[in-house]
Amino acid sequence: MKDIFTGKFVRLSAFDPEEMSKAFARWSLNSEYFRLLNSSARPMKSAKSEAKWMEEEVAEMSLASYFFSIRTLTDAKLIGELGLEVVNWSGREAFVGLGIGETEYWGRGYGTDIMNVLLRYAFTELNLKRVTLTVFEYNPRAIRSYEKVGFRHEGQVRKALNREGRRWNAVYMGILRAEWLEQNGYQTTNE
Amino acid sequence: MFDIQTQLFEGQDIRFGPIDHEKDPEIESRWTHDSEFMRLMETSPARPMSAAMLRKQYEKLEKQVEEDKNLYHFMIRARADDRLIGKASVQRIEWANGNGCLQIGIGAAEDRGKGYGTQALRMLLRFAFAELNLFRVSAYVPEYNLAAIALMQKFGFVQEVCRRKALERDGRRWDLYLFGLLNDDWRDQAKG
Repeated sequence: MKDIFTGKFVRLSAFDPEEMSKAFARWSLNSEYFRLLNSSARPMKSAKSEAKWMEEEVAEMSLASYFFSIRTLTDAKLIGELGLEVVNWSGREAFVGLGIGETEYWGRGYGTDIMNVLLRYAFTELNLKRVTLTVFEYNPRAIRSYEKVGFRHEGQVRKALNREGRRWNAVYMGILRAEWLEQNGYQTTNE
Repeated sequence: MFDIQTQLFEGQDIRFGPIDHEKDPEIESRWTHDSEFMRLMETSPARPMSAAMLRKQYEKLEKQVEEDKNLYHFMIRARADDRLIGKASVQRIEWANGNGCLQIGIGAAEDRGKGYGTQALRMLLRFAFAELNLFRVSAYVPEYNLAAIALMQKFGFVQEVCRRKALERDGRRWDLYLFGLLNDDWRDQAKG
């Protein structure tokens, strides 16, 4: 069996609310980080307040939500967060959200690596049929990375965001199980 | 266009009103036993619901309206006899961006195809654009809901997103569309 938690640079690791709430509170002080990830305005929140929802989510062990922390392979440093939310079990579709909070890891292929690991998890462990994400028009670096791992453009929500006095589209991207399996050389004869 | 005396919640044959916690649960429970209605309305698995389950759901809904301030919900009633016909809502409002999602359902099969949905959408759009002052609205529609797609197009909605094969029903996969309408386009259309 394959080690499905490990990529080239990073691995998926347990989401520990105490550790993640502190990291997230710190990462979110970087307004650029928060605005790349979220369409809402960030309230100033303490780690304690962040920990509350995280503890509830993690304790629930819901079959619809999968949260991971992202660690480097070289020194196990916590660099980001990853969440997969199954929005519809009968359609077997999930939304993915990925953030690299440690900015020195931006633009170095880490995001692409994480997304490759995530898709393998989604399609060969959860056996989903499709994975969807939304990304903002003003985040071309992320869009390029998602294209690289095989996401296709599925349309744009016109002028969905208002930031710095102008309107931006929200971009929908999706990848189907059949597309991913084929791109990654999986034999699908026993499907 | 409209003036301030043109009632927001009164249509030609229908009106928007609050939940009747006594009577509505029984009626909506009947709708949920019609699998076609459930599959047109929801992407989550259809299942029949009891009046008691709906009573709880209504309470949750009103709590959300009160606390989250990002949801407006209306019961659609016939003007003639006040009977419950359907429901309409503006959901998931993001105030900073000025957007929200619309949902409309006409519950009983015999009430569909009579123009109630058209009237409800006209009222809901006026509420969203001229009262909530949203910049744009969205609506999710499965590929197989042809009546809803025709209705969206009639009001100038544009199909913006196609989540390919996002749903599975009756042994095949279906696309899930996101339709969008901008306030500016709605205003131009209402003038013309």
